[in-house]
Amino acid sequence: MALFTEAFLTALLAGAISAGIPLLLVGLGEQMSEKSGVLNIGIEGMMLAGAYTGFLIAWKTESMGLGFIAGAGGGMFVALFMAVLCVRMGLNQIVIGISLTLGAEGATAILHHFQFSRTYPRLPATLKWDIPVLHDIPVIGPALFGREPVVYFALILVAVFAYLYRRTHFGLALQAAGDKPAALDSSGVDVLKVRTVAVLTTGALAGLGGAFMAIVGAGIFVPFMTHGNGFIGIVLAMLARGRPLWVLGGATLFGACLSLTTALQVAGIDIPTDVIQMLPFAAVMAVLIVLGSKANLPVSLGTAYARGER
Amino acid sequence: MAGTSAAATALDQDGPLVSLKNVTKRFPGIVANDRISIDFWPGEVHVLLGENGAGKSTLVSMLTGFQQPSEGEIEVAGVPQDLSSPQRALDLGIGAVYQHSMLAPTLTLAENVSLGRPWWQKPDRRGIADEMRKTANSVGITIRPEALTSALSLGERQQAEIVRALMRGSRFLILDEATAMLTPKDAEKLGNLMRLIAQDGRGVVFITHKLNEAVAYGDRISVLRLGKKVGGLPPEQLRAMDKTEAHDEIVRLMFGTRTTGSEATENTPPPQHKLDETEKPILEILALEVDDEATPVSGIELKIRPGEVVGIAGIDGNGQVQLAEALAGQRPVRNGRIYLDGVSIEDKSIGGRRNLGLSYVTDDRLGEGIVGAFPVSLNLLLKQIGDAPFWKHGLEQPAEIARNATEKVAAFDIRTPGIGTPAGKLSGGNIQKLLLARELGEKTRAVIFAKPTYGLDLQNIAASRNRIREAADARKAVLLISTELDELLELSDRIAVMSQGRIVGIVDNNETARQRVGELMSGVGE
Ligand SMILES: Nc1ncnc2c1ncn2[C@@H]1O[C@H](COP(=O)(O)OP(=O)(O)O)[C@@H](O)[C@H]1O
Ligand SMILES: [Mg+2]
Repeated sequence: MALFTEAFLTALLAGAISAGIPLLLVGLGEQMSEKSGVLNIGIEGMMLAGAYTGFLIAWKTESMGLGFIAGAGGGMFVALFMAVLCVRMGLNQIVIGISLTLGAEGATAILHHFQFSRTYPRLPATLKWDIPVLHDIPVIGPALFGREPVVYFALILVAVFAYLYRRTHFGLALQAAGDKPAALDSSGVDVLKVRTVAVLTTGALAGLGGAFMAIVGAGIFVPFMTHGNGFIGIVLAMLARGRPLWVLGGATLFGACLSLTTALQVAGIDIPTDVIQMLPFAAVMAVLIVLGSKANLPVSLGTAYARGER
Repeated sequence: MAGTSAAATALDQDGPLVSLKNVTKRFPGIVANDRISIDFWPGEVHVLLGENGAGKSTLVSMLTGFQQPSEGEIEVAGVPQDLSSPQRALDLGIGAVYQHSMLAPTLTLAENVSLGRPWWQKPDRRGIADEMRKTANSVGITIRPEALTSALSLGERQQAEIVRALMRGSRFLILDEATAMLTPKDAEKLGNLMRLIAQDGRGVVFITHKLNEAVAYGDRISVLRLGKKVGGLPPEQLRAMDKTEAHDEIVRLMFGTRTTGSEATENTPPPQHKLDETEKPILEILALEVDDEATPVSGIELKIRPGEVVGIAGIDGNGQVQLAEALAGQRPVRNGRIYLDGVSIEDKSIGGRRNLGLSYVTDDRLGEGIVGAFPVSLNLLLKQIGDAPFWKHGLEQPAEIARNATEKVAAFDIRTPGIGTPAGKLSGGNIQKLLLARELGEKTRAVIFAKPTYGLDLQNIAASRNRIREAADARKAVLLISTELDELLELSDRIAVMSQGRIVGIVDNNETARQRVGELMSGVGE
């Protein structure tokens, strides 16, 4: 069949990576929060804030790099609320998480409307780095080794986090903060500090993921554009059981589902897009049914830590 | 600046290492510590005694930075200090083994010890494990630093925490009921170690419920009752007394009377139940094998006749929990048979076994014994949810449930504000009474007790032991798992000793039993 032409496969893989990178970033971010005991439902909002600020700065300064930094900053700004309200003040993480997501959705939509009304200005194509030699491999080369620097950054982050979790005291502290915060506290480590660092890092990564969607993926900002990606990130983090490499696997899988839409269009196959857009969510369900019972979450996930309380 | 130099000079003086000055700690609705003043001296093992709920652990938590005093001051080496966090307390050289485990379950023991070192550094898992083994060896215990904490028994965890505290080299070491899960032999080792640490010029605070230990290892004793310091024995006085005098004096301070509860630690002669050798056993265990990663259990053979108490002695973590859970139906049996009144039950569910008359009083009272958030009334029926007359056609019958609860609360003297109070809010002794009330019904034929007096104070220990006696008097079969030799000698007709998942010997409870069980436990008899 003519479906598996080089063009089709390249488009499929490139699309899988484009769709998978934001998932990878939010998944890694959520994983860090969850390890430390904070269920971060506000991550969808952090992503959207990152998409908005990232787009805005990239558009104003015409610098993609500044755009990404601003995206991370936007995500972190929303995460700051989570850190203060849930980690410091011990308010309910689910309630605050939902509020932050709804708040960020509303705020970015309104701000965008004030500024651009109904127009959606487009960013120029982004800078790409070709990796010598590897870039010349057919299909994989252009799809994976001729990409935006952020793609490489996200992939390197997988290794960095794997190292951090397994080979540093920071990793042990994160895990103890999520499983038995009092034990960590009694060892002289400030639990709230560890959780705050985790939540803010999550915000930065989610913001970066959102900025990637706006700057690289779409080239524009549209309200609500993150479209449940943050929530898929939560699912990925839960299924990955603390392993960054598994987040990468999951993100690739879901990314492939998402990119099927475009790829099938390239191949000229006519399936209602609604059906195809359902695919990633159907995949979430399927994976949850198969693996969900095995997800072992930190014991103290979702509960605030207050010293000396019982 | 002035503070630090003062601290440095104060160390060389011979004042108290740590002193509490009129310290008060209030929790909503309760004064846990009421204007307590105590001096802790270097070179001394200072024993803190008091009933459950007397406020001992609260005092510890203020010394370790987990709580701040509502009023009063804490001085370290003569300088008032704000112990605002555990970090601050550690910095000042105050280390502790807490009453409740402070180990993260998903980390190994070595990783737990490693917590708190600079965040970017690589945990030196092997180096720490070696150091832990060395420290453990020097105290005469063995631990497995590479084991995942959650796979270890409570006793093994407690030993690891003691090792961790020793490794930190604190100059002021607090042990909050640290011997609760240890065998008498290990407790003795720890006691001797405390003496050594104190001779080193450091300070030790030792909290225990066992008067023997208090008198044997303590230089000075302070007694708390209902949040107040009600008295104590300074070293001169303690040295001048013999053992029984000291016991009597302490019991008087703790309970206000000379008699209450003092029997609990005395050795009453072994029980003389009328046992009929020819009678058919109620509980019969044949060639039982239970799978477990750490401690597989095998070759268990036991027969318990009506009215008989069979004790299981052994160092914690030698398969006792696995055996109890397999009998109760909480863990699959790999091989072998269990008969209850002649009916084979090894394939029956927990509920099925219970209906046939098998009860299990767990030692993990908070974890699996009760649902802390449920009211006392429901916890009393936890294993009968859905059964008539308390539930009809799936609907709760509040009147029946309340009647049952009121009856049991009165019969077992459960001290609770009401039957609607969440069970988790009760003190340890009362949670144990609740469990006993639930497990010791009329239909019960055989009862398994797992460490029934662990962590209880003297009065509650006496009450629990009486319930065990009553169960035997009511011709039930009793299996009593305990790490307290005295308890086993007091209550059992026969004592089986477990080691590494096997029964290494069964001893009739007579004059030589203490000696024989001790030998079997330490591996001499094999
Ligand atoms: N964090 C807390 N919040 C509320 N009440 C507490 C807290 N800690 C202890 N208490 C209460 O203070 C009293 C003393 O408890 P505790 O110090 O644990 O006693 P002990 O260690 O002597 O058995 C008890 O009535 C207990 O319920
Ligand atoms: Mg206590």
